[in-house]
Amino acid sequence: MVDESSLTEKSRIMDGARIKRAISRLASEIVEENHGAKDLYIVGIRRRGVPLAERIAEKIDSLEGVRPLYGIIDITLYRDDLSTVGANPIVNRTELTEDIEGKVIVLVDDVLYTGRTIRAAMDQLMDFGRPRKIQLAVLIDRGREHREVPIQADFVGKVVPTKQTEIIRVMLKEFDDTEGVGIFEKPAE
Amino acid sequence: MDKPFRRRDLLGIRGLTAAEIKGILDTAESFLEINTREIKKVPTLRGKTVVNLFFENSTRTRTSFELAAKRLSADAVNISVSSSSLAKGETLVDTALNLDAMQPDCIVVRHGSAGVPHQLAKVSQAAVINAGDGANEHPTQALLDAMTIREHKKKIKGLEVAIVGDILHSRVARSNIHLLTKLGAKVKVAGPGTLVPKDFVHLIDAAEIDHGSKAEGQRPLAVCEHVEDAIRGADVVMILRIQRERQDSAYFPTLREYAIHYGLTNERLDLAKKDAIVLHPGPMNRGIEIASEVADSSRSLILDQVKYGVTVRMAVLYLATGGGVTNS
Repeated sequence: MVDESSLTEKSRIMDGARIKRAISRLASEIVEENHGAKDLYIVGIRRRGVPLAERIAEKIDSLEGVRPLYGIIDITLYRDDLSTVGANPIVNRTELTEDIEGKVIVLVDDVLYTGRTIRAAMDQLMDFGRPRKIQLAVLIDRGREHREVPIQADFVGKVVPTKQTEIIRVMLKEFDDTEGVGIFEKPAE
Repeated sequence: MDKPFRRRDLLGIRGLTAAEIKGILDTAESFLEINTREIKKVPTLRGKTVVNLFFENSTRTRTSFELAAKRLSADAVNISVSSSSLAKGETLVDTALNLDAMQPDCIVVRHGSAGVPHQLAKVSQAAVINAGDGANEHPTQALLDAMTIREHKKKIKGLEVAIVGDILHSRVARSNIHLLTKLGAKVKVAGPGTLVPKDFVHLIDAAEIDHGSKAEGQRPLAVCEHVEDAIRGADVVMILRIQRERQDSAYFPTLREYAIHYGLTNERLDLAKKDAIVLHPGPMNRGIEIASEVADSSRSLILDQVKYGVTVRMAVLYLATGGGVTNS
């Protein structure tokens, strides 16, 4: 892991208000695409996908008057790089209390980069049952050229073309002091 | 965030810090949910090999480790003494080296002599987990006991825990005393005088927990003369198994007498706090160290202990073999 305190912010690409508007749009697109909130199951990927999923579910509730099902998954146990990440990553609980069988799952994460996290999340979902459909919503898409597996998002807050040396941080009040999205530069090795 | 447990081997509770213990328990809590799934398996340790090397019989602990390994997708092999070359005269080190040549990732070992897992850890490339060594330690039992207490009491710090029975020969008692005092509980032990040595209060490192300077009543570990004194006011009553073979060694006259003087009955349990819980590492002797009415009551969490045993062992296997952890 990169020591986050050593990062310097190059530019702030979204503030709290823009995140809020992006979430509203994502919520509308999700219900439009799925003709309503029926059978929708919004699933946040730990950590920062969780508050985003919660906000999307709330927004869908206010749009449609129906609160979609909501869950959390932790992909640690499904990672493909366990032997290379150094020390054991912290495992957190997966919370899928409602049956996913036949549901339309909308996976929510903050940033789509290599696609490996989403691969792990889908593997885990399959162990819980057979959803009718799985869709992907992300706040930031760093662009196709970074993808290491054939995965694309169905709903995107903002596409931000980036270099590999850059890091995108989504800051949410649940975890950080501020709300916003910033591009940070990795310190030179 | 720091991962508190970074060791490769789990040889005992004694050498662990409170943060490491909490780290294992937190990880185990996250694993709980997996055991309620329809497909009780995650791919985490796919391709890893876990060897259960048991020199003493223990269906429960071995099965628990085997299930834990399998639910993490590791391959588990069981070796028990009756079917192994140890019965044919091979030395422990040779057995270890032979096993090592097959490149297992983790060896879970139980042995009747203290220190065997530590010896094994010195010669083996694999992570070694102590599943009970003589009268020394049984760390995963203490961890699952702690998890059971934590799930029901929501904390360990400040609790009073009575441990009753054959303290002298019990690795379960030793591991529990280390763990509970490290996490801030107060432990009182009691049992027949022949099986509860007075100087047991020195078991916990003086440097670590400064019990010498504290007044009698505030020490984290107390040896009680009467079972009633240990149980009175306790939040947790932990009953140890009486090994029937000890009866022949004159530690106590008869099993019947043991039951009368030291067995946990409803009357004795009434001395504990109203919401006190009862633990027993199993297998229990009904009517001897624990009365059936207590064992079958809602205060007894013996089956919860077994349930949490699998999750705790999953956590330990994950932490010992999951990532590229450095040996410390």
